[in-house]
Amino acid sequence: MADITVNNETILDFTKQLKAQNDMFPVLSILNNNGDIVDEEALKRADLSDDDLINIMKRMLLSRQLNIRSTKLAKQGRFGFFAPTAGQEASQMASSYAFNHDDWLMPGYRDIPQIVAKGWPIWKAILWSRGHALGNEFTTEEGEPVNSWMPQIIIGAQYVEATGIALGLKKRQKDAVAYAYTGEGGSSQGDFYEAINFAGAYKANAVFFVQNNGYAISTPRALQTAAPHLAAKGWAAGVPSVVVDGNDPLAVYLVAKEARAWAVSGNGPVLIETLTNRLEAHSTAGDDPLRYRKQEDIDAWWKKEPLIRMRQFMTEKSIWDEDKENAYISEVNTLIDEQIKIADKVDKQKISNFIKNTLEVPGYAMKEQIAKFESEGK
Amino acid sequence: MAVKSYIDAIREAMDLALEKDKDVLIFGEDVGENGGVFRATDGLQAKHGEDRVFNTPLAESGIGGLAIGLTTQNYRPIMEIQFFGFLFEVMDSIAGQMARNRFRFNNTRNFPIVVRSPYGGGTKTPEMHADNLEGIVAQVPGIRVVMPANPADAKGLLLSSIESNDPVVFLENLHLYRSVKGEVPEGYYTTPLDTAAIVREGKDLSIISYGGGVPVAVKAADELAKQDIEAEVLDLRTVSPLDIEAIGQTIQKTGRVVVVQEAQRMAGIGANVMAEISERFILSLKAPIGRVAAPDSVYPFGQAENDWMIKADDIVAKALEVVNYD
Repeated sequence: MADITVNNETILDFTKQLKAQNDMFPVLSILNNNGDIVDEEALKRADLSDDDLINIMKRMLLSRQLNIRSTKLAKQGRFGFFAPTAGQEASQMASSYAFNHDDWLMPGYRDIPQIVAKGWPIWKAILWSRGHALGNEFTTEEGEPVNSWMPQIIIGAQYVEATGIALGLKKRQKDAVAYAYTGEGGSSQGDFYEAINFAGAYKANAVFFVQNNGYAISTPRALQTAAPHLAAKGWAAGVPSVVVDGNDPLAVYLVAKEARAWAVSGNGPVLIETLTNRLEAHSTAGDDPLRYRKQEDIDAWWKKEPLIRMRQFMTEKSIWDEDKENAYISEVNTLIDEQIKIADKVDKQKISNFIKNTLEVPGYAMKEQIAKFESEGK
Repeated sequence: MAVKSYIDAIREAMDLALEKDKDVLIFGEDVGENGGVFRATDGLQAKHGEDRVFNTPLAESGIGGLAIGLTTQNYRPIMEIQFFGFLFEVMDSIAGQMARNRFRFNNTRNFPIVVRSPYGGGTKTPEMHADNLEGIVAQVPGIRVVMPANPADAKGLLLSSIESNDPVVFLENLHLYRSVKGEVPEGYYTTPLDTAAIVREGKDLSIISYGGGVPVAVKAADELAKQDIEAEVLDLRTVSPLDIEAIGQTIQKTGRVVVVQEAQRMAGIGANVMAEISERFILSLKAPIGRVAAPDSVYPFGQAENDWMIKADDIVAKALEVVNYD
């Protein structure tokens, strides 16, 4: 059979096309698992000062410590829902380090650390997790607005909403972007595609992260899609897309920084796939990863987690050591202890407030219910 | 006052809102240059610019997300869902997100979104275009559902909906778009939300309806008048939350009621109206509550629409039953 070619390309050779798709996205990496620099040029382009490196390290340690404490508190019944973040520190905290105060964060339910890093007090994060309305107020301790939404429960909804924010920022000619996080499971949602497609069509100021952490609860990445790279989904919408080693804080930061610069200049959105791994359970609500993956697989990923390589890299640069790390961890633990105390002290929620918060102007039956609950002190 | 069609009144409201408030945006499928498939936004892009009146790609959930996100930049989005039969594609944005957001943010943020959408039978549309799905959204706390029945209300209620800091699902009756004309006050005015209106006074029984059911109810009342029965017709206008006070007043006046809706008997708003009457005003009733609604089948194929939809005769028959009870 003769090949059918157009402009010297065979277009009916599907085997060849699949291979081409597979080769389309080389993985960007700066630090390997051992903390060795594998791309000096990329490191230079990341342009990180020693202070930046220390800040990124501290953000990742804050996240790790929050994870350890939250998981423990959840086991004691002193926390509500919590989705562990161990292993994803670079993907979450080095990526968000590339964004500014005025940028809008649209997190998924595993993305608590990024909101905390943006100024959301930890006591509010605890209340969010426990299911208290005060946890859903996005202001700093001083009452300044935090440009973030609560972690989205409906996977994908944060993406379409981020597109709306991004279009609004563009229309208002703001020097800001919207950045949204989901996982590889989230990339199967219709909203995922609608969001990147709309953002592309409007050239909206958006940066989309797909944290490919291996599992959507128990479903492995291989079952989500035939796409060899999730980033390929961005190409379908005409959106620049990058795959990065999601456990490499420097590479993640570089890609995020470049994507933000592109999006804020009015060029349109960027999609970033971070290759990472969820080292612990899906959530503290009874998930047992050994039901769907092997301990050896988890152990292997623990060797590739981001803190090891960052610690190595920074120690060799003589800007980090064990003492500094321990001092910072103890600082974070003191802070968390204080914040738990604040969370424990807030008033009980009132049913009458729930009704008042449902519509600005309540309807007839709602007014009756407000009066009834208020008369009962509820 | 000028006599205008229902759709012209709706377009005029949007034109005035765009004029008055620079934060108002209109978007949806084909709403730009084409002016919407029914021309509800005809000429608005040319007048107010592509930045404020613009087309979207074809995806309803994306449209909903766009509206929600735009509120963070202090816009007041009017999003169009081309036909309300496409509700299911945007259900999460409406029921899962915008309706919950005031509550979710502990009353710290406003979500001034209007979801405009045409609904209702009588024009022989393809499947999934004409369905009366108002009952589904009316069951969602945190969102208003407004369904005007005449041009003057359509304009005033749409302007109130745009001014509202809460999301409003604003449902426009497809059959009424051009079949109904009425006097429409000039200029910018608002008609209060959550307030029913008596469109015809009467002492013998009350007919309570909304949206496309109202003109059918008025026609039935005209027929009943020929038999010396004076029916009062109450137009709910906002179907969620309900104006229970107005419902009570007409029941106390007439003691007899027929609840009319275009939706299937198991769907719509009628059951909720009947429940409120039963719970609160049963001692004012002289006869069991009558109900006229469409059959509990899937919305019919176009050629059978006229046989399937409620008619004035059905209301007359039910009204006579209720009036002649005892």
